[in-house]
Amino acid sequence: MELTDATATELLGKLASRACSAVELTRSFLDRIARTDSSVGAFLSIDERGALASAAAIDRRRAAGGPLGPLAGIPVAVKDVFCGRGVRSTCGSRMLADFHPPYDATLVARLRAADAILIGRTNMDEFAMGSSTENSAFHPTRNPWDIGRVPGGSSGGSAACLAARQAPLAIGTDTGGSIRQPAAFCGVIGLKPTYGRVSRHGLVAFASSLDQAGPMARTAEDTALLLGVIAGHDPSDSTSARVPVSGYRQALGEPLNGLRLGVVRGQWTEGVERAVASAIERAADLFRELGAELVDVDLPHHAYGIAAYYVIAPCEASSNLARYDGIHVGYRAAAAPRRGPGAAEDDPGAAGDADDSPLIDLYRRSRTEGFGLEVKRRVMLGTFALSAGYQDRYYVKALRVRRLIREDYDAAFQRVDLLIGPTTPTTAYRIGERSADPLAMYLGDLFTVGANLAGLPAISVPCGADGAGLPIGFQLHAPPFQEESLLRAAHQYQSATDWHSRGPELE
Amino acid sequence: MNAVPYEIVVGLEVHVQLLTRTKLFCRCDASFGAPPNTRTCPVCLGLPGALPVMNGRAFELALRTGIALDGEIPDRMKWDRKNYFYPDLPKGYQISQFDLPLARNGRLAIEGEHGDGPPRIIRIQRVHLEEDAGKSMHDEHEGRRDSRIDLNRAGTPLLEIVSEPDIRSAREAKAYLTELKLLLTYLDVSDCNMQEGSLRVDANVNLHVRPDASPHGSVIETPIVEIKNMNSFRAVERAIEYEVARQYDEWTATGATRATAPKQTRGWDDREEVTLAMRRKEESSDYRYFPEPDLLPVVVPRSRIDAVAAEMVERPAAIRERLGREWGLDAAAADLIVHQGRAFVAYFVDVARELGDPRRAANWMQQDVLRVLNERSMGIGRLAVAPGELVDLLRRVDRGELTRSRAKDVFQRMVETGRSAVDAMRAMGIESVDRSALEALCRELVDSNPRIVADVKAGKSQAIGALVGQAKRRNPNADPSEVLRICIELIGT
Repeated sequence: MELTDATATELLGKLASRACSAVELTRSFLDRIARTDSSVGAFLSIDERGALASAAAIDRRRAAGGPLGPLAGIPVAVKDVFCGRGVRSTCGSRMLADFHPPYDATLVARLRAADAILIGRTNMDEFAMGSSTENSAFHPTRNPWDIGRVPGGSSGGSAACLAARQAPLAIGTDTGGSIRQPAAFCGVIGLKPTYGRVSRHGLVAFASSLDQAGPMARTAEDTALLLGVIAGHDPSDSTSARVPVSGYRQALGEPLNGLRLGVVRGQWTEGVERAVASAIERAADLFRELGAELVDVDLPHHAYGIAAYYVIAPCEASSNLARYDGIHVGYRAAAAPRRGPGAAEDDPGAAGDADDSPLIDLYRRSRTEGFGLEVKRRVMLGTFALSAGYQDRYYVKALRVRRLIREDYDAAFQRVDLLIGPTTPTTAYRIGERSADPLAMYLGDLFTVGANLAGLPAISVPCGADGAGLPIGFQLHAPPFQEESLLRAAHQYQSATDWHSRGPELE
Repeated sequence: MNAVPYEIVVGLEVHVQLLTRTKLFCRCDASFGAPPNTRTCPVCLGLPGALPVMNGRAFELALRTGIALDGEIPDRMKWDRKNYFYPDLPKGYQISQFDLPLARNGRLAIEGEHGDGPPRIIRIQRVHLEEDAGKSMHDEHEGRRDSRIDLNRAGTPLLEIVSEPDIRSAREAKAYLTELKLLLTYLDVSDCNMQEGSLRVDANVNLHVRPDASPHGSVIETPIVEIKNMNSFRAVERAIEYEVARQYDEWTATGATRATAPKQTRGWDDREEVTLAMRRKEESSDYRYFPEPDLLPVVVPRSRIDAVAAEMVERPAAIRERLGREWGLDAAAADLIVHQGRAFVAYFVDVARELGDPRRAANWMQQDVLRVLNERSMGIGRLAVAPGELVDLLRRVDRGELTRSRAKDVFQRMVETGRSAVDAMRAMGIESVDRSALEALCRELVDSNPRIVADVKAGKSQAIGALVGQAKRRNPNADPSEVLRICIELIGT
C-alpha cells in the first residue's frame, strides 16, 4: 500500500514504529500533489520547503526522544481562509491575493503546537461564499471522482485533496454546509462542530454567527483525532465555548445499542435524487442492525431554513466585508479611474456616479475589481436586507425563523439522540451546470443550513454511490457539544462498511 | 417673560474617553501621544479574522457612570454594529450600542439660574459604550491632497452621554458640562481633557419661536442644527449664543422650520467665532445597525449593580450639600472646595474637624492652600503639610504666638521644607514676644521720637505708623496691632 492511502492514525503508527520518517511521509504526499493536482486543483499554495523542514525537525526530535505533539509528522491541508503568520492567506479572493497576515489563527497555532505538517492551503469559493469552489478567484477545483464535476464547496479544495490522497487530514469551514456538502460530494467525512467549539480567531469572517471551522478526513477515527487538536475554549474568541473537550477517540468503540436515531423522512422526498434517498434508507437500516432504534421525527420549520439563511448570512457578510475598502487591507484599485468600455457591463456597481469624490471612487473601484460576482451579490443582498425600512421585513424576521428552527431541533432531541438524513439532495453536478443559476445552487444547501442556524454539530459520512459512481453522504445531527456521539455513530458505521476505503482512480 | 420671543432648546452629546489602560476590545495601550500607528494590533486595525474581546474595566467604569447619573440599568446589554465607510474606521463599522444601551433615563442636577435656589434637572436620555475611530489628517496645501490615518485612537473606549433637550441657555449648557466633567472626574471615569480629545461635545440647538410673543400662542420650531468642533466649554457657550442669533435671523428671513428643513451640521470656527455649514459627510445616514455577532450580550445581575452602587464615591452634589449642612459653608465656598477634587475636600474636612472652626478652615483652604497649590501647579496629594500641622499653625495664631500675616509666611516655609509649624517658626526666628518686653520697646520708641509724638498729638494720627515700622525692624516678631495699641495708650491722645 502507498503511504498516501493510509489514514492519519495508521501513519502515526508507522512513524512511531519508525516504519517511515516524517520526511519520507511528507515527501510522498508532496509527490502525490505534484502528480495529481494539475487535474484536481485542490491547492492554492503548497509549502514544500516549510513542510519538509518541519518534518525534518520532528524526525530529529523523535530520534532525540523529545516530546511530540498528537499530530507529529502528519500533513494537514488547511483551507485558505485562516490567517497564518507570514503565510499568504487569500480566502480565494483577488482582494486578498497578496495578504500575508501578521498573526496566526488560533486553529493554525494549535495545529503547529500539535506538530502537524502544514503542507499547503486549499482552494475555496471566494470568502467561503459558494457550494462548488467555482467561485475561487484563482481556479476551480475538480472532483477527483470525475474531474468534469464540482467537488462541492466552499471547502472544495479540502474535500478534494482528501479524496485525491493528497493529504490525510484537512481543515474546512462551514457556514451553511461548506464542510459537509463537499465531504459528501467527494466521499469523505466532514464534521461541522457545535458553534463555539473551535475558535474563530484568525478565521476570516463570512457570517460570524454561523461560521465554524471543523475537521475533514476519510475516517471517523482520524476526524476525532483532528477535532481533539483544534477544539477548545479560546480567550481571543468571545463566542468560543467554555465547555470541556471530550476524549473524542476514546468513545468511538462503544456499541450503538439503545441509540435513538431520528429519521426526518419528510426531508428527503421532494427534490432528492432517488439514488441518494435509497442510500440514506440503507444507512438507516444498517444503524438499526447496529442496535439503534429508528424514530420518525418532524422538523416543521425546516423548509424556511434556506430563506432565513440567505438573509442572515449576507447581512453579516455585508458588514464583515466592509473592511475591504482599498484603504487598509487588501486590493486597492489603481489611481486612474477605469470607466466606460473597460468595465464589465454585467458587473453591478461598476458604473460610478460622475460626482463621486476621489474617496468614494477609490472605494467603488477597489471593491468592484477586488470582489467576484457572488461576493458582490451577497454584499448587496445583505446591505439591502439591513437597510432602514427593510430590516424588520427581512433580517428581524429571519432571526425569528432561526429561533423556531432551533426550537424544532430542541424538541426533536427530547425524543432522539441523533438525527439522520441526506447531506445533499444530489450528487456532484457538472462544472458550470449551476453557476448561472444562484438559486439552484442555494437550494443545494437545504439539508445543511439547519445545523448552522441552530448552532448544532453535524457530520457527513460516505454511504454509497450513484449510478455514475459518484459518492453519496448521509448526515447526522446531534445536540450541542455531542460531537462525540456523531463520531461514535460514524465510526460504528464505518466499521460495518467500506465506503470510506474506496477512492477515485487519478493516475 | 423673555425679552426675546423664543425659547432656546439645547441637547448635548458628550463623548468621554474612559480611563482604562487598554483599548475597549484589545489589549493595546490606550494612552494619548504615542507616534502614529504604534499602538495597534490586528483587532484595532480591523485585520481579517481578528475578533473583539470586551475590556471588563471599561464596562465597570461605564456602569459606574450610568448609576451615578441615576440611570436605569437594563439587566441585559448588547453590542451593535454601526456600519459606515470612512478611512479612519478600519472595519467599516463601529462597535457601539443601539437599542439596549448601558443606561437610560438618568438625570444630572445643575445649579439654578442665579446660583442659588433649587437646582435644575437635566434629563439624560442614554449612556452607552462604544469604540473610538482613528484620526484622519488631511494635507491639502499647494495642490497636494495627502491624507494620513493614525489608528492609535481606534478602539479606545468612549462613553457617550446624551442629554434630553432640556438645556435652555448657553450658560446652562456650560453649567451642565462643568457639572458633568466634575462628576466624571470624581468617579475616576475620565480625565475629561478636551485638548487631548478625551472629552468632546456636540450640541443640538434650535429655537421654539412664539411669533405673537404670548406664552400661550402657537410655537414654531426652527430647524435643528448640530454644532461640532467646539474645543472648550467656553467655545460651546459662544457657539450656542452665535447659533441662537443666527437661527432667529434665518427664521425671520426665510421662515424655515423643523418640518420644512432638514437637520444640518455646522462647525464652530473658533477664530471667526461663527458656525459654518459643514460639507455633507461622505457616508449614508443609514447605519444599518444590527447585533454584533462577535460579542456576547452582557448580563448585568442586580447584585452587580448594587455592588457598584455600594462602592460609589460620594458625588459632588452630595458633598456640596454636606459641606453646607455639616460645616455651615455657603454655596459658593462649598462649590469652590468641591471643584478642587476629592482629596481637597477630605483635607478640608480634616482641618475643619480638628480646628473646630469650619469657616476659618474654609478661608485658609480657599486662599492660602489653594494659592500654593496653584503656584506649584500640584494637587493636594503632594502637599507636604498634613492637615494636623496646618491646624497646629492656626492654633498658634490663636494663642498669640504669631500673627496671621506671619502665619502665612510660616505656612509657605512649611510647604517648601516639609517641616512642622514649630520647626518652621524656629527656623524663621519667630517666637512670641512677652507683653512686658513689648511695652518696654514701645516706651523706648515713644521716648526717643518726640517729633512723631508731637505730630500724633497734633492730630496727624497716621504718623504713628512710623513707630510701628520701627518696632517691626527692632523685633520682627512684634505684633503690629499690639504695638499700635500700646503706643496710642502711651502717647495718651
